[in-house]
Amino acid sequence: MLETVMQLSLVLVTIAMIGFVYRLIKGPSIPDRIVALDAIGITLVAMIAILSMLLRTNAFLDVILLLGILSFIGTTAFSKFLEKGEIIENDRNR
Amino acid sequence: MTATAEIVIIIFLLLGVFLTLAAAFGVIRLPDVYTRNHAASKSATLGVMLILLACFLYFYLIEGHFSSRVLLGIAFIFITAPVGGHLISRAAYNSGVKLWEKSVRDDLKNKK
Repeated sequence: MLETVMQLSLVLVTIAMIGFVYRLIKGPSIPDRIVALDAIGITLVAMIAILSMLLRTNAFLDVILLLGILSFIGTTAFSKFLEKGEIIENDRNR
Repeated sequence: MTATAEIVIIIFLLLGVFLTLAAAFGVIRLPDVYTRNHAASKSATLGVMLILLACFLYFYLIEGHFSSRVLLGIAFIFITAPVGGHLISRAAYNSGVKLWEKSVRDDLKNKK
């Protein structure tokens, strides 16, 4: 029962990720694509959680935290690049 | 005991998957960047938090392994996902992405 529900939810999360990939390809502006990438990163976290439950191992639980941190850093860097044109500024007195 | 735990885990998993699918439909169907960001950053975050809660309960109640890393992941996603959504939305407004043509109110238009 539980394993069937896990497989079903893995399939449904994959369908949701395909929807985000559609927006990533078609999105008319750059921020659309960043929104889709952020959502893909966070959905990947859920996918890894379901997969580690299916495989009955706790070796992948570090990956959850790591992907969350990397996705947040990527989003922050992208939006700072969009707003100011550079990510790490040289002149700090502006 | 194990049967009750399985039912609770199944409920959390299905709720999380439903919210993630709702986020995907919102990202596909809503008209402009701001509404799409609204859908993605709220419901995808809550859906992933529910799925991670199901994962934590599975390892705690069935496998007997208290995993503090999953709890830390839930707290981290809860803190950072709204901040990320705010940053994307602000960058979109400042780089000149237009609102939907039927929106009636733009409070930031006269600020600069």
